[in-house]
Order: sequence, then structure tokens, then C-alpha cells
Amino acid sequence: MNQAEGDRALIEISEVRKTYNAGLPNEAEILHGLALRVDRGEFVALIGPSGSGKSTLLNIIGLLERMTSGSYRLQGEEMNGLDDAELTLRRRTSLGFVFQFHHLLPAFTALENVTMPALMSEGRVSDKQLAHARELLAAVGLTNAMDKRPSELSGGMQQRVAIARALVQQPPLVLADEPTGNLDTASSDEVFAQMRRMHAERGISFVVVTHDPRLAARCDRLVELIDGRIARDEPTRLSPAL
Amino acid sequence: MSSWLGFELRVALRFLREGRMQTLLIIVGVAAGVAVIAYISALISGLQSSTLTKTLGAQAHITMRSPDDVVTPAALDDPGTTTLTETQPRAQRLRSVANWQALVPLLENMPAIAGVSPTVSGAGLALRGEATQAIALTGVELDRYDRVVGLRSKVISGTARLSPGEAIIGHELAVDLGVRAGDRMTIQTGTVSDSVRVTALVDLGVRELNRRTVIVPLRSAQNLLGLPGGATSLDITVRDVWTAQSLTLDMRRQFPYKIESWQESNAQLVSALNAQSVSTALIRGVVLVVVVLGIASVLVVSVVQKRREIGILRAMGTTRGQILRIFLLQGAVVGALGSLLGILLAVAMIWLFTTFVRGSDGLPLFNIGLQLATALQVASIATICGVLAAIAPARRAAAMDPAQAIRI
Repeated sequence: MNQAEGDRALIEISEVRKTYNAGLPNEAEILHGLALRVDRGEFVALIGPSGSGKSTLLNIIGLLERMTSGSYRLQGEEMNGLDDAELTLRRRTSLGFVFQFHHLLPAFTALENVTMPALMSEGRVSDKQLAHARELLAAVGLTNAMDKRPSELSGGMQQRVAIARALVQQPPLVLADEPTGNLDTASSDEVFAQMRRMHAERGISFVVVTHDPRLAARCDRLVELIDGRIARDEPTRLSPAL
Repeated sequence: MSSWLGFELRVALRFLREGRMQTLLIIVGVAAGVAVIAYISALISGLQSSTLTKTLGAQAHITMRSPDDVVTPAALDDPGTTTLTETQPRAQRLRSVANWQALVPLLENMPAIAGVSPTVSGAGLALRGEATQAIALTGVELDRYDRVVGLRSKVISGTARLSPGEAIIGHELAVDLGVRAGDRMTIQTGTVSDSVRVTALVDLGVRELNRRTVIVPLRSAQNLLGLPGGATSLDITVRDVWTAQSLTLDMRRQFPYKIESWQESNAQLVSALNAQSVSTALIRGVVLVVVVLGIASVLVVSVVQKRREIGILRAMGTTRGQILRIFLLQGAVVGALGSLLGILLAVAMIWLFTTFVRGSDGLPLFNIGLQLATALQVASIATICGVLAAIAPARRAAAMDPAQAIRI
């Protein structure tokens, strides 16, 4: 791999294994020496049947879980061996998350949820950051819902707030774990369209776990996991446009 | 908002607001605990202060007398032999403190001592008409004695004055003899008697003292008791009553006299006060433990309820330290708000006590008040306890695995 290729690579995973309950009778290896590379600006769908290891892989990429063995380079830096504080810092600066069940903070308004990463980093939210959060919420069509609590928003609206929150720190990579899994078709399409638009406008990479083949087909690349191994890794044939 | 703890404080307050019923209940719980501690502290402090004032109101903090007369053996035993003897203790006669005139200025110059009064005391009879009463005769210099026992403040009738031929007596004795301020009566000691004019009646706070006390000028008492130029004791008052015992021990090393502190002459009272203080400390301790457990249990439940939020925050990059501080701050906020409410509650309870609990004379039993220092101390301790109570739940929250927490 030459220098230019290395600079383009956002995620480089090789020989990643993940074993639960190691050394116990119920020991289970979920990932069997995976290798995966995601370049900057890619929009990747991670698909596969339940139990294939998609969420585990996403958690490892998202630095929420540690691999048992192998190598994971994020933006060229090896993550294996970093301590909890360093991993937390990388999560804060390099990654955005969108979860299936929205996972907004119910005690805070939509705007407060979106400004939370800034508040967390600096202990205060500057006017500039507030304006940026408003702009993002407006971009996902929530101009009139900024001061509403998550419980006052529909599922689709909550997921759009989660997208805005994932993007507010302008991370190079957003990880989405079945972001439309809990939404009706219309809301799914809308949320997915927002993600695609953010990807197109801001050049942010997305890795999206989905069970929905319709949405998977709208990604740039399809990675299929079966029994903890990559069974398929190919560009999609459909246009991402809805 | 300041950036220092801005994130943690904001999340902590919002978590507390979100579980407002839980928060309210625990704040009320803390307030009840703080109110009990503050009220009991004020009550016991008031009670002890009142007891001490009444007890020490008519007596010196330290009394210096000449040593007791003792019988000295005629000859020492030979080494290795034991002789059985029976010695009759000597009857103690009135004796003067040697060199008391020189001692008074010496003692008055000691920084811990507020006043010294030479006193001559002995037994006698008070006679008026057909009435005869046994009395405790005390001869003093009025100004000095006033500095020791505050005699002028105890006058209930007449004017405190002790010129030659004048006396101040306990008001119960006045009733028994049928005298009022301005009347005359006779004092008799052995074969000597003297006629005196009563200038004032005093209430010394103890019935027996009010029934027996007759105070006359020092010189009159010296004459009546056959102790010319003498003083049977030096009554000493100190600036801080609780230093009397240690000062007594120091003085015993310096002076060859019989020196006794108020604690030694009121040993039972001191034991009772100590027992009261220990009981109060125990009650305060138990209440504090209950407060700590209350806060801790609510925060433990809160951590369980907030697992998903903790997971989200951790996934977004919140450090374990920040999560820890969020829950510690919740403990501190609950402790501080509970303390504030508790202090207000204690003030209300004290007001109710002083307003509605009265003695048979219609006056408050004793004065109690919550000192600012006590209130601040109790509030600070409760707030610190709030933080301490939050340590275990906060550590649990900080240790939570974000991937697992999000899955819930």
C-alpha cells in the first residue's frame, strides 16, 4: 500500500477476532479473523443475518468494545492497546453514532441533544456551536422541533436528531446501527435520504448496519457478514438516489 | 455558564429534575435528618448552657482553700514492719488561706482568670422576733464577688449594697423571717451576734441557697466567725468554664492549697452533661448514616434507571471521570438543598419550642437558638455526606460498559 492509499484509508482492520467468555465452557468466537478497509468518503452497508457479528464489528469499529486479537487502524492510528481514556477521546473526536432506538437523552431538548458533544468537550456551548447545531437541525428538517423533548417527537424525527448529533462535531466517520430498523417505510426513506445528503454535502464516511435490503442497495458498497466472516464485499448496483 | 464542571453540573441537575419525585423525596428525607440534627444540637446546647448557668450562677468556677488538717503519725514504721494503728480524723476548723492578700493580685494577673473574690464563710443563725433560721454566712467584697457570681443581676428586691452593718439575703430566707429590703435582723454565730439591715433580696436559682444565704461585708464575717483578717477561700471565676479543670491541675502544681474546680464539686452534673453529649453525638451519627443510606439508595436506583443514558453519553465520548462527577454532583446538590430546607425546618421547630413550650411560670423553659456556626457546620456535613453517599453509585455508573448499556 503506497502513501496515497494509506492516507485515503479511514478504517483498516486485519485479522480481527472477537471471543466472548474466553476460557469458559460457553466460549464463543463471533468474529473469525476479519479484514476490512473503509476509505474516506465511502458509504458502506454492513448486512447479514442476525448473529453474524455485524453489531459486534460495529462496536469494535466504534471503540465501544475491544477486539480479542488483530489490528484496527483508525485514520492511520492503531487502536488496539489504547486505554479507556484514549479510546473515549477518539470516540469523541473521530466518531459519530446513530443507534436503532434513537438513543437520545430524554431529559434534554432536541437542540440540547445536538449540542451535548460540544458541552461535553468544553463545558459550555459557544454561540458558534449553537448556530451550527441549529443549522444541522434545520438541515434535517427539524427547524420547528428544536425545543421539543424526544418524547414529543416521532420516531423519524428522533432519528434525524440523532443524525444531527452524530454530525455536530464533524467526525470523519459516522456509524449507524440499524438506524431505520424501528421506523415505518416513509420515515426510513426520509432518514436514509438525510444521511445520504450529509454524506454528499460534507464528505463524511458512513458505515450502516441494516437488515433492509432496499436501503442497503442504496449504499455505495455492500459488505455481507455470515458467521463472523465477510462473505461478500462489493459495490452496489443501484444508484443511491431515491 | 462557566466551563468548569459545566457539562457535569448541567447533566446532574437535569437528571435530578427528570426524576423529580424521587429527588423531592430524598431532599425531604435529607431535610428531615438535618432538621433533627440541628434542632437536637440547639436543644441540648441550650439545655446544657441553661443548666450550667443555673449551677455556676451562684458558685465559683475554682475554689482555693487552705489544706485540711490531718493527723500526722508520731513515728514512721521501721522498714519491714507494719504497725496497725487507728487514727481519729481531725475535726476541720475554720482556717484562713495563708497569704491570701498576696495571692489575689497574683491570680488576677493570670490571663485565664476573670475574677477573684476572697470569701469568709461559716454557719450561723438568723434571728428576727420569734423566728430563727440556720444560715450559711458569707463575707465578701461586693464588687469582687459580683464579678465571680454576678450577684447584682440576681437581685429581685432592694439594691445590692454592702456597707458595714448591711446584708444581702436569699429571698426564701426573707419569707421565712418575714423581712423585706430595709428591715433589720440579727445574725448570731457562737457567742457573737450582730444586727444588720437587709439591703437586697436575691434569687440564686437554687431553693436551698435562697433559704440559707446571708451575705455580709468581708470584715463583718471575719468578726462574726472569729477569723480576723482571714479568708476561708478564694473564689475564682475563669473566662471559659470548660478550662477550669485543667487550670485547677496547673494551680495545684504551683500552690500548696486545696484547690477544687466546679467539675470536681459537681461531678454528677458533669457526668450527666457528658452522657447527654455522647447521646446527642450518637443520635446525630445515626441520623447522618440514615441520610447517607437514603441518598445512596436513591442514586443507586437512579444509576440503574439511567443505564441507557450513561451508555449514550459514554458512546459520545464522555469520560468515566465525567460520569463519576455527574453522580457525585447529584449527591452534593441533594445534600445541599436538603440541608438548606432542613435548617429552615430546624429554625421553625426552635421557634415552636420557644413559643409554645413554657414552664409553670409562663416563661420559656430555657433559651435555645441555632447558632450560624452550628447551622453551617450541620449543612456542610450533610452536603459532604451527600457526596460520600454518591461515591458507590457514581463508581458503578462510571464503570458501566457503554456497549452493554446501549443494548438495554
